[in-house]
Amino acid sequence: MNQELTPEEKEALKHVASKLEFYEEQRRNLIPILQMVQETLAYLPPEAIKLVAEHLAIFECEVYGVATFYNQFRFHPPGKHPIKACLGTACHVRGGDIILENFERKLGIHAGETTPDREFSIEKVACVGCCALAPVAIIDETVHGHMAPSKVEGLLMRIEIEKEMEERAKKKDESGQ
Amino acid sequence: MPKFLVDNKEIKAKQGTTLLKVCLDNQIYIPNLCYLEGIDPPSVSCRMCFVEIEGERQPVTSCTVFVKDDMVVKTDTPAVRQLQRTALRLLLSVHHVDCKNCQANKKCELQRMAKFLKVGLKPKGLGIYLREVEIDRSHPFLDYYPNRCVLCGKCVHVCREKNGQSALTFSKRGFDTVISFYGVRDLPTPECENCNVCIDICPVGALALKETQKEAVPNLQGEEDPNIA
Repeated sequence: MNQELTPEEKEALKHVASKLEFYEEQRRNLIPILQMVQETLAYLPPEAIKLVAEHLAIFECEVYGVATFYNQFRFHPPGKHPIKACLGTACHVRGGDIILENFERKLGIHAGETTPDREFSIEKVACVGCCALAPVAIIDETVHGHMAPSKVEGLLMRIEIEKEMEERAKKKDESGQ
Repeated sequence: MPKFLVDNKEIKAKQGTTLLKVCLDNQIYIPNLCYLEGIDPPSVSCRMCFVEIEGERQPVTSCTVFVKDDMVVKTDTPAVRQLQRTALRLLLSVHHVDCKNCQANKKCELQRMAKFLKVGLKPKGLGIYLREVEIDRSHPFLDYYPNRCVLCGKCVHVCREKNGQSALTFSKRGFDTVISFYGVRDLPTPECENCNVCIDICPVGALALKETQKEAVPNLQGEEDPNIA
């Protein structure tokens, strides 16, 4: 799933390249560099991995191996509406994995990925601190407790409808002016 | 030269050699997967090469012990065998046992150990956890079978030895750990076509040459790396 960089990201990538100069060419700098890249770009696109590998004169696969080991690094851009499915102990017991699977199937992506239109991304998280509401999912900033497979579609639909309404309002504004 | 006893057999060996190597050189088989001379420090990841040494409270991995004068080593105690059997059973529980269709059939280290330790290749009592991806075809010349791999790391080591840097690497972690060839297509000189050291060293046949080079051509462009998911 190789997504095109947006123009802003291409700009940010150039920024990353210039920032790399501040790091010595030493392997021990790999993780700080990756953190810097992710801070600037919000994720690690293949282009950035290549850039880092070239800077440190190591193979790309080595950069990739280190980056995949740590949970803090992501390889897909965050979606406009991040979905966090909780798989903490309480949510696990109450079928959190089923909720996650429902989101995955509905959006056609796996956990850790982003839809091609960059609207949604799914993430697994371990406990969000409201176990009494298990199973829990967080969409945008809103906590949805007592999740059920039947609720998944409704929640996604609501976001789409809201988006459509916004667009319609926008059009109306424009035509009204 | 230290002199010591292994299974009541007196053995002499050079100072600074590991116990595992000495035993193997003297036809005393200790099951092992990840040991390879030259990996320093040893990866000690397979947890198979246990022995009991007099004076030690519990079994120790023989690949990390250097020979010493007057050591008394036992390779065949119930405690050692139990540890080895458990380790092997766990390895087999994440292994796609399909020996008939595997290129390593009959020279597979897992088969050898199973026979030696009298463990069935399909151990009872443990669930089978296989990875979703059966074959990783992202490499232009190689195929990788994650469900055969025991993650010993020998391929990563020999590739680094031969080419200065390794074109293979471990990626992800825990149950999801796999060997990955990320970025191998962009390497300045993909010498993998004629090298094959990683295939030769693999104890279980998890790496194989692509059957036809024709197959490799369409793979050179476009097809995505299943590891990125």
